[in-house]
Amino acid sequence: MIAWTIYLTFAGAVLLLLLPCVLARWIALATSVAGLGVCTLAFFDPAGTGSFQTIVRLPWVPPLGMEYHLAVDGISLTLALVTAITAVSAVLFSWDVERRPNEFFFWLLLVVAGSYGVFLSADLFLLFVFYELVIVPKYFLILIWGSTNKEYGAMKLTLYSFAGGALVFIGILAAYVSAGSLDLQELAQFQFAPSLQAWAFPVLFLGFATLAGIWPLHTWAPTGHVAAPTAGSMLLAGIVMKLGAYGALRIAMNLFPEGFEMWRDWIAVLAVIGIVYAAAVALRQRDLKFVIGYSSVSHMGFVLLGLATANTLGVSGSVLQMFSHGVIGALLFAIAGMIYHRTHTRDLGQLSRMNLSRTMPFAAFAFVIASAASMGIPGFSGFAAEITILIGSWKAYPAAVWITGVGMVLVAAFTLRALKESFFGSAALPVGRATAESPEALPLSRITIPEKLGAGVLMFATLAVGLYPKLLLDRITLAVEAMRFLQP
Amino acid sequence: MNYLELLRLAFPEAHVTVTSLVVLALGLRRTRPAALCSWVAAIGLAFAIVAVLRLPQNATLFGGMLVITPLTSLFKIICLVLAIFTVTMAHSDSSARRNHGEYLAMILLATIGLMLLVGSEELLMIFIGLELTGLSLYVLTGFDKSDPRSAEAGLKYFLFGSIASAFTLFGLSLVYGMCGTTGLAAIGEKLTTQSVQPLLAAGVVMTLIGFAFKIAAAPFHLWAPDTYQGAPIPSAAFIASGSKVASFVVLGKIVFVGFGPLQGSAAWHAIVAGWAPVVAVLAALSIVIGNLVALAQTNVRRLLAYSAIAHAGYTLLGLVVGGRDGFGATLFYTTGYAFTLVGAFGVVALVRRETGGDDLTNFAGLRERSPFLAGCMAIFMLSLAGLPPLAGFFGKFYLFSAALRVDENRGLLWLVALALFGSLISLYYYLIILKWIFADRSSSSQRSGPDPLPSNVGLLQRISLASLAAAVLFLGIAPSPLIARILAALP
Repeated sequence: MIAWTIYLTFAGAVLLLLLPCVLARWIALATSVAGLGVCTLAFFDPAGTGSFQTIVRLPWVPPLGMEYHLAVDGISLTLALVTAITAVSAVLFSWDVERRPNEFFFWLLLVVAGSYGVFLSADLFLLFVFYELVIVPKYFLILIWGSTNKEYGAMKLTLYSFAGGALVFIGILAAYVSAGSLDLQELAQFQFAPSLQAWAFPVLFLGFATLAGIWPLHTWAPTGHVAAPTAGSMLLAGIVMKLGAYGALRIAMNLFPEGFEMWRDWIAVLAVIGIVYAAAVALRQRDLKFVIGYSSVSHMGFVLLGLATANTLGVSGSVLQMFSHGVIGALLFAIAGMIYHRTHTRDLGQLSRMNLSRTMPFAAFAFVIASAASMGIPGFSGFAAEITILIGSWKAYPAAVWITGVGMVLVAAFTLRALKESFFGSAALPVGRATAESPEALPLSRITIPEKLGAGVLMFATLAVGLYPKLLLDRITLAVEAMRFLQP
Repeated sequence: MNYLELLRLAFPEAHVTVTSLVVLALGLRRTRPAALCSWVAAIGLAFAIVAVLRLPQNATLFGGMLVITPLTSLFKIICLVLAIFTVTMAHSDSSARRNHGEYLAMILLATIGLMLLVGSEELLMIFIGLELTGLSLYVLTGFDKSDPRSAEAGLKYFLFGSIASAFTLFGLSLVYGMCGTTGLAAIGEKLTTQSVQPLLAAGVVMTLIGFAFKIAAAPFHLWAPDTYQGAPIPSAAFIASGSKVASFVVLGKIVFVGFGPLQGSAAWHAIVAGWAPVVAVLAALSIVIGNLVALAQTNVRRLLAYSAIAHAGYTLLGLVVGGRDGFGATLFYTTGYAFTLVGAFGVVALVRRETGGDDLTNFAGLRERSPFLAGCMAIFMLSLAGLPPLAGFFGKFYLFSAALRVDENRGLLWLVALALFGSLISLYYYLIILKWIFADRSSSSQRSGPDPLPSNVGLLQRISLASLAAAVLFLGIAPSPLIARILAALP
């Protein structure tokens, strides 16, 4: 049933090109809500156990062994769910897109549909088709509807994605020609030669990890996030970075376990550097979106660290972190979008003079929630995920936990700094200047209902998972235990 | 063998010949009925497709001078379809409208050349096909007498092309001298028993050089940019599509059937002398030079020319691989590429008609003027860049997987990695074209001239561009019909 997410979203995208633009946002909303509905139903389907289940299997290109094969397990379900949640709230936050709305929602839905496809594919070629399909829509979303330095950001992001895709391409071909099959379940049982794994794993992993924002290949993320429109950043943080992490887990690690074993220490090193480095850089940024962009890189570092632990706890935590960061990252970018839309600045220095907590109480409330979740305060999904990862890595890399602890302090520091300067800043300034640019003088429009709804969906998701992580973790753990790279 | 039998088996070629004469005669009438000429040419080509479909499965005439196999029939049809699209494009092209009958007759003659090329396994006949195609294309390139660029392009193409022909002929004569036969299969048999002599090696290399000119592989590509930019657009499209497809088919036949025993290997650290390393060097140079020089272009046609050089490099990769897999991948890729490029030139032709030029600046704001053209161009460019779900993506996947599959040690990985790096570069310049088309014209640098009027795209062009875009999409989403046919046709 969950396969319908793909078809519905593609159908919605095509429909958008044919119908007049007054209907555009309603079609997009209907499509994304339908996707969310399908995902939720599939998620709570009692028949679904969390282990790998084939949904559709049709021959596609028989001479070359390609199949149209969709399957689902606990990991795919979790990620499809976060895709659906982010998609709905991204559409809600684009409610005010007036310029070329049909095209905007067309590209947006293509990203969403491609991501569903990646998460549900059980055929290597099919997965790669969906994976590459997501590249171009991002380019147009940023190029046409973006802001700061958009041409540079769009091109950089696209070329990084494509370069990562090229590495993935080589790795996939290596797996394909060695095993003679493209079926993920068959490949997951095939014994690849160690000499092949030794080079194919790092190529494949690095290719995927580029999209997941691994240090030092993360630089596309901050510039891309800053250049993108609000919904674009939400999709990038919420969905696209997950594509890379998912591919690294499902393909690179599960197909080449021995290669993973050879390289996993290096992955852990890069992940820890990413966590600390990105958090430190975020501390020095003036642009609110840069702060959030680097925080994304830092949070994705946790995902990679969790993957590197190679034990059930760490990897499950890592998948949970993918969900959690998807929701929190999208929420943070949504709030940044709300602010920018009204004040036309994202500079923390200028924002601190506006005393936005008075004029935009809802945004302030949402930002407090999002910051708390991002810092890893108990009760939010970020805590549940990061604590699981850290317990997992305590077994594998005790030193990494200590260093990461420093990183978490930095995360708290930059998050609080951004929170203070953007919403609660006026007290620190001389009174005279504050009155000169008094908040009453700013004609800030009210927070609209779609924005409240969109933020509400995301806040609900992070709270629900934070309070009851078992909901996701049970399914994730089942799927993770079926993987073959786990350390005893 | 009687003449009736010959006429039966060569009926498609004969039919196109008659059509070309009819079109020529019609064009001589005082009223110059351009539309009538186009219709006669298109219908004649369509009937030729039907005639090809009615040919027997397998037949051989005069020791391989004319062969009919599923492969030749398939590619005759593809060449004819490409010719029909070219005729459609010429229908609305002003530079081709003057003396329309002659222009169409030349296209038809070139098509006969392509059909002979595809349908022959004998050196002399192949050379005749090459010359017939070449001479018609030289005329088509220099057809626009009012434009000095066209004349320059025609002259350049003619000079380079005739030197290439000389090389080919010299090479073929050496091969004939060493083997004593002109039939490809017989040459192949001779070479398995014979030891390789220097003279024979020279013959093989010269033949390859001649074909490298034809397909515009670096370093023999110098004619391509000027020709693509200066020729009337339908001519450029036909040179880039039909002529290229047929050249790859016949080149594949020559190297695999004729020179098969001399293949050698281009695998890293395991190079074996033969034509494969030579072709590998041609491919690598084409990929690097084509992509890097394309980065610096500001004229879309010139950019497409350099990208065509790069694509020739990718396509040659399949020949380096060899075998059924490699040749099949080459044929699939070149077919997908040909349809994509005809479409791209179709869009360029319309933009040129509307704005008077084909620089990148002329494409600014195309989306506002005509969302249809912009959408088609996006499909064509993204297919060239190799993004799914389009023909170029699948073609690349097939080519590269064939290249890695060929030996256990992945000896061709270096070439695949180079090709992937080339695709990364190419994505940049294809996106630049799309950026001009889709970005808003708000920035002052892009706003030149008066506000654009909506483009007036005729019904015929709409249909032909839409069907080309649909074909490119179809070959990407459902490649198996074509792949299964190609693989079934290959021995």
